[in-house]
Amino acid sequence: MKIELQCPMPQLDFEVITLGHGSGGILTNKLLESGVFKLLSNDLLDEKHDGAVFNASGKMAFSTDSYVISPIFFPGGNIGELAVNGTVNDLSMCGAIPAYLSLSFIIEEGLSMKDFWQILVSIKFACERAGVQIVTGDTKVVEKGKGDKIFINTSGIGTVHPKAEIHIKRLEVGDKIIVSGNIATHGMAIMSVREGLEFESTILSDTCPLNHTIKSLLDEFGTDIHLLRDPTRGGVATVLNEIARDSKTGINIHQKAIPVIEEVASACELLGLDPLYVANEGVFLAIVKADIADSFLHSLKKLDFGKDAAIIGEVVAEHQGQVILTSKIGGKRVVNMLVGEQLPRIC
Amino acid sequence: MKFLSEYRDPQLVEQYLNELHKVTTQPWTIMEICGGQTHSLVKNGILDLLPQKIRMVHGPGCPVCVTPLNLIDKAVYLAEEKGVILCSFGDMIRVPGSQKSLLEAKANGADVRILYSPLEAVKLAQENPTKEVVFFAVGFETTAPANALSVVYAQRLGLKNYSILASHVLVPPAMEAIMNDDEARIQSFLAAGHVCTIMGLAEYYPLVEKHKVPMVVTGFEPIDLLQGILMTVKQLEKGEAKLENQYSRVVKAEGNPAAQKTIEQVFKIADREWRGIGTIPNSGWEVRDELAEFDANQKFTVNIIKVPECPDCIAGLVLKGIKKPYECSQFGKKCNPEKPLGAPMVSSEGACAAYYHFKNVGEMEMAEA
Repeated sequence: MKIELQCPMPQLDFEVITLGHGSGGILTNKLLESGVFKLLSNDLLDEKHDGAVFNASGKMAFSTDSYVISPIFFPGGNIGELAVNGTVNDLSMCGAIPAYLSLSFIIEEGLSMKDFWQILVSIKFACERAGVQIVTGDTKVVEKGKGDKIFINTSGIGTVHPKAEIHIKRLEVGDKIIVSGNIATHGMAIMSVREGLEFESTILSDTCPLNHTIKSLLDEFGTDIHLLRDPTRGGVATVLNEIARDSKTGINIHQKAIPVIEEVASACELLGLDPLYVANEGVFLAIVKADIADSFLHSLKKLDFGKDAAIIGEVVAEHQGQVILTSKIGGKRVVNMLVGEQLPRIC
Repeated sequence: MKFLSEYRDPQLVEQYLNELHKVTTQPWTIMEICGGQTHSLVKNGILDLLPQKIRMVHGPGCPVCVTPLNLIDKAVYLAEEKGVILCSFGDMIRVPGSQKSLLEAKANGADVRILYSPLEAVKLAQENPTKEVVFFAVGFETTAPANALSVVYAQRLGLKNYSILASHVLVPPAMEAIMNDDEARIQSFLAAGHVCTIMGLAEYYPLVEKHKVPMVVTGFEPIDLLQGILMTVKQLEKGEAKLENQYSRVVKAEGNPAAQKTIEQVFKIADREWRGIGTIPNSGWEVRDELAEFDANQKFTVNIIKVPECPDCIAGLVLKGIKKPYECSQFGKKCNPEKPLGAPMVSSEGACAAYYHFKNVGEMEMAEA
């Protein structure tokens, strides 16, 4: 999102965030009044109480996530919008309609006000795009060297869609596995700007809010959607392994069906990474009843962020707990969970 | 994708497989030398597409796997006790030393950095003039030119705080050792394509001549590997023993003379200990005496006691192709990628890790049955 020009930064008498901004005193107030509250204003946040008080009824979903990404600005986004989209998407995967978010900053002293402002503006626009509100939050500042520029935690709450029945136990043999878009773009966008590794590319992070897309699909297909997951850290391979393990079913996937944009595939090849293990931020996996798979795919392709969706595999009765991939050339192999970080090969 | 999809074309794969099934009349044992080849064979599921008569044995061509325990201990010591910025390729940092890996040293506060290029380490040395920067220069002939170049650059820049902890190993002496090992019984080799890209073909002719084994310099994509295997089997079936070059789009007979010159400028031939195999004469490179100031081995006094390998680990037998990873009593039990007993379970190119991560479905099922 291009956002820099739309919200001019307020005139403040400080250029960087200092320990004082987390003290709770005048500096904290100045930062909040002229920054956070002003930008993110809504009825609940404007109460400025210790927490948000609101009515809720029915089945709710609640999720939290912390964002420690480095670098904080990356091709296609920044830590702010990532923090909003991430929690919005986690709630969506529960079949919920995200409504309210909390927002906490842990800032390392020395972060420039300009950077902080840009992050805040991104948060504002990400909230508007997803249709959610920040209703409570917190700001802490730690000494130089005790953090890494800025960490953000968001928690979110939302009502579960009346037709949603998302649960691992609902998996059935024959169910189809659908991926909503090209995989591995977020991870490779970050890799391309990692210190010591910079390579020229036009790969942009796929960070986006998936809630509107998920809502439309739930409206249309309801309980025929058995499971939704977003393959963030650890990528598609890790999530599918978790699903196979927890559901005690087997999973088959087909390499040639898995959508990866060419530039991402080339970059992965060059760095010795497997796109199946690379992080995504704007992609989800849906496991759906076999007989609706084609119409589900057809609908998804017309929705936001779904045009590259594909059916990549199915749930099977054999090899319980394991994910098996049929390679492009027809060979088969087990796709395991990674032990640690995916490390580059050396020759 | 240009230069990739062509070499992964399913129809071509089928053609090669059909021909391979047609020409194979008796059992053959072929060793692929390079860990990259092992990885590709397993990752693409090629092993269970091959005729059953063909047995692929995975060679010692994983630099991480053959780096001696002692040297890893040395790297950990430099990072922890000498306060250096220890830079390494990614694979190396998880390999267990006798006490800990570089990754564990990093978690304890040592300054360990993962780099993609040794030239980045030279840059780090420039940027941190008060710190010593050591690059853990591991690898076969393939990584040697870049490692050597880092020393050339450091010298040119007049840097006094850069050195390399070199553990370079050479392929032909290792092949010789395998051929001299009575247990190994390898009938032919897929030579390592990228090693030959640097060094050329000359040093392989005497090996083929002396041991009368077919050898095909082979690349890393599915089509490369299948073509290489086919060329090898054709020779075996005809009773021939020649050196052939499957990877001619990359490998030239003379190799890369500029790279060879840089290597020669910085390194000299030395005996080298191979983890799990033992010392092989003239099988490695070390920094030349006149460049001692860039050699971490000479620059720092390291007082560590040499510790023997874990007795349960059969890495040596796996690296020589005598045992398959799953024939080890500890495979997937006491030894797994989370807690590896030996290096082949760590590196992405290690035979044990390749089997653990991607294990060839058919072969494993056969072994379990």
